Amino acid sequence: MLAYILRRVLYAIPILVGVNLVTFALFFVVNTPDDMARMQLGAKRVTQVQIERWKAAHGYDKPLLWNARASGTGRFTDTVFFQKSLRLFVFDFGASEDGRNIAAEIRTRMWPSLALAIPVFLVGLAVNISFALAMAFFRATYLDFWGVVLCVAMMSISTLFYIIAGQFLVAKLWNLVPISGYNTGLHAIKFLILPVAIGVVSGIGAGSRWYRTLFLEEMGKDYVRTARAKGLSEAVVMFRHVLKNAMIPILTGVVVTIPLLFMGSLLMESFFGIPGLGSYTIDAIQAQDFAVVRSMVFVGSVLYIFGLLLTDISYTLVDPRVRLE
Amino acid sequence: MPFTPVVLWTDALLWLLVAAAGAYLWFCSRRPHLAAPWLRVVRSRAAMVSLTLLAGYGTIGLADSLHFRLALPATAAGEAPAYAPQVLSLLDLALVHLRRSEETTYSAPLATRLFTLEEVRQPDGRMVRQYPRLRYGGAQLANEGEWAGDVAKRTLAGLGGALLLWLPLAGLLGPLRRRAPQVPWGAACATLGAMLAIAGPAFALSLAYHVLGTDKVGRDVLYLSLKSIRTSLVIGTLTTLVTLPLAAMLGIAAGYFKGWVDDAIQYLYTTLNSIPAVLLIAAFVLMMQVYIEGHPQLFPTVAQRADVRLLLLCVILGVTNWTGLARLLRGEALKLRELEYIQAAHSFGVSHLRILTRHMLPNVSHIIIISLVLDFSSLVLAEVVLSYIGVGVDPSTISFGIMINAARLEMAREPVVWWSLASAFVFLLVLVLAANLLADAVRDGFDPRVRVGRAAPQGAAG
Repeated sequence: MLAYILRRVLYAIPILVGVNLVTFALFFVVNTPDDMARMQLGAKRVTQVQIERWKAAHGYDKPLLWNARASGTGRFTDTVFFQKSLRLFVFDFGASEDGRNIAAEIRTRMWPSLALAIPVFLVGLAVNISFALAMAFFRATYLDFWGVVLCVAMMSISTLFYIIAGQFLVAKLWNLVPISGYNTGLHAIKFLILPVAIGVVSGIGAGSRWYRTLFLEEMGKDYVRTARAKGLSEAVVMFRHVLKNAMIPILTGVVVTIPLLFMGSLLMESFFGIPGLGSYTIDAIQAQDFAVVRSMVFVGSVLYIFGLLLTDISYTLVDPRVRLE
Repeated sequence: MPFTPVVLWTDALLWLLVAAAGAYLWFCSRRPHLAAPWLRVVRSRAAMVSLTLLAGYGTIGLADSLHFRLALPATAAGEAPAYAPQVLSLLDLALVHLRRSEETTYSAPLATRLFTLEEVRQPDGRMVRQYPRLRYGGAQLANEGEWAGDVAKRTLAGLGGALLLWLPLAGLLGPLRRRAPQVPWGAACATLGAMLAIAGPAFALSLAYHVLGTDKVGRDVLYLSLKSIRTSLVIGTLTTLVTLPLAAMLGIAAGYFKGWVDDAIQYLYTTLNSIPAVLLIAAFVLMMQVYIEGHPQLFPTVAQRADVRLLLLCVILGVTNWTGLARLLRGEALKLRELEYIQAAHSFGVSHLRILTRHMLPNVSHIIIISLVLDFSSLVLAEVVLSYIGVGVDPSTISFGIMINAARLEMAREPVVWWSLASAFVFLLVLVLAANLLADAVRDGFDPRVRVGRAAPQGAAG
């Protein structure tokens, strides 16, 4: 087991290097640091001196890959690639445009993101699985048919509509919760309850329909027929046998997303003014703060790869047939 | 010539795609084994309803994809004709009354007055705060008391026109039913009738009113909604041009060749997958913006710049989107390569390229078709979210994302401006819902597993 995990961690390294190369190519090769400086300083009437000053201040004044003027290892380390891209591997993200430490920012903003994302994830999972079980239990009846119709209709609505409509109705018209904002500790609940509800509702359509398909596929298998032939009631078949076995395909889709909960929800956080990583990312994109976007890309990739690893490990926990060697 | 055609990149590619799809369907129709799944699709009532709706959207989108610049009135005889700088489409020409009838700011649907109070100078020189009359909406009414009668009259006229248009089409029902009795033509015909019953009155009313109101700068919301359709269709379909070749080539090659080819391709898509899609798109779009701003000489007009941006958005959506399909195809190719007929082809000395194109590709085509149709709706929805984040289409492009983004501020106003959001909501919902229903029907028609399930219904309680 330990050897397997170690091997997987080692396997993650080339992928992270690849991510790094992709982001490096996107950020530095397509456009030169001069272009970026011009963008940041405002496109018109920028002198070369200003550009040089901006580059020096942000550490973009070095050669991209190979510094011929430096000596020894400095030829390699004193470059934009090493300073800006390879430093990410040790989670040294540097500073954002406004001079704040990105790593520190991520550490503080992580918590509001999690406070929103974890309830959405857990409640959403429970709600979706319950709905899907109900639809699978009453399959081929009107309840199932209209359930699926409702799911398709719900997944055809953009998340933005759920947010705008929910915020308008609950917060503005009915005045039940504050429109936006955030507070620490238990006071956060009144700010979080609406975003969580909207997050859950907007996910019901696609989620329930997907789990329903998984359950139905599972119910067509031989062991279910055997269980029925044994004389077990349909409820026991559903909860004791189908639900348990359906956990394996459910886990495949779900576990990989757990680490990504850290990244927060871009839309929800920016609409409800929650100071998490999602709104941090959106602000960075809108302010064209490349350092922050680059760091978030890296963090996201690390979390995704971690999620893949978790998925494989979780298989061994729920499926006795799987052995990791 | 009274106009000069302008071919935007997305126009050309969109028409190319339409031609390719048409050619493929024609090719299928000549071969019973390829036509069979499509016949299963159109036998479904939901699919016919969705196809009719999508055909309506498609007609509007394609009419909006024929661009040209109108000639300016000639100044002197013999002089080379000059053309207006504005790029127009066929749809703009058809809706010229909507495009020209700009008010100053918000007005509610079918309103005759503005939505906001303004200082108006009275004939006797006093300034009075009131809701001023609109410049175009209901301007033909001398007395606003006639409003209800006028609206009713126009609605009835629109319904009458729609009926006149629909009856001959409904007359085709009989012959169509005789030719293909299994296809639910009735459902398609009813949908068409419903569409015309909405479009007819809407058009009749739009000649004198703003049917869906106006937005902040006074543009007609109905016009904006109709123009947004093209943007959605472009994003939903042109992305295919990137997704399809990448996924088909790399996915099948990985599964077929195995070994280091498989490793390399798997590494490629795991790497791409592990970058959060939104961030990859954002990074790409930011860099594209820097490039476009740095090279203004390459993009002479606003329309061209917006068009290139739209196209590049499709490209990057394709780059983030192909991995899922590639993984599916790799799995299928791994299974297929062990089958007897591929092995037989090997032992006959058929080349790899020929095996891939003649034997593998046709046998995974159902997966490709299902996945492309399924992707359409998620891409359309993605545009909305990306435009909200600010990494979507160019701000000068008319799209549902831009409309909804503006609606966020409108909903915070007092009293609420709801019509932009409501219009975008309805237009988008119908498009995506139709696409989702069609995707379901296509999956049912093409997926061999589903067919088996249907032939032998599941156990006791099923």
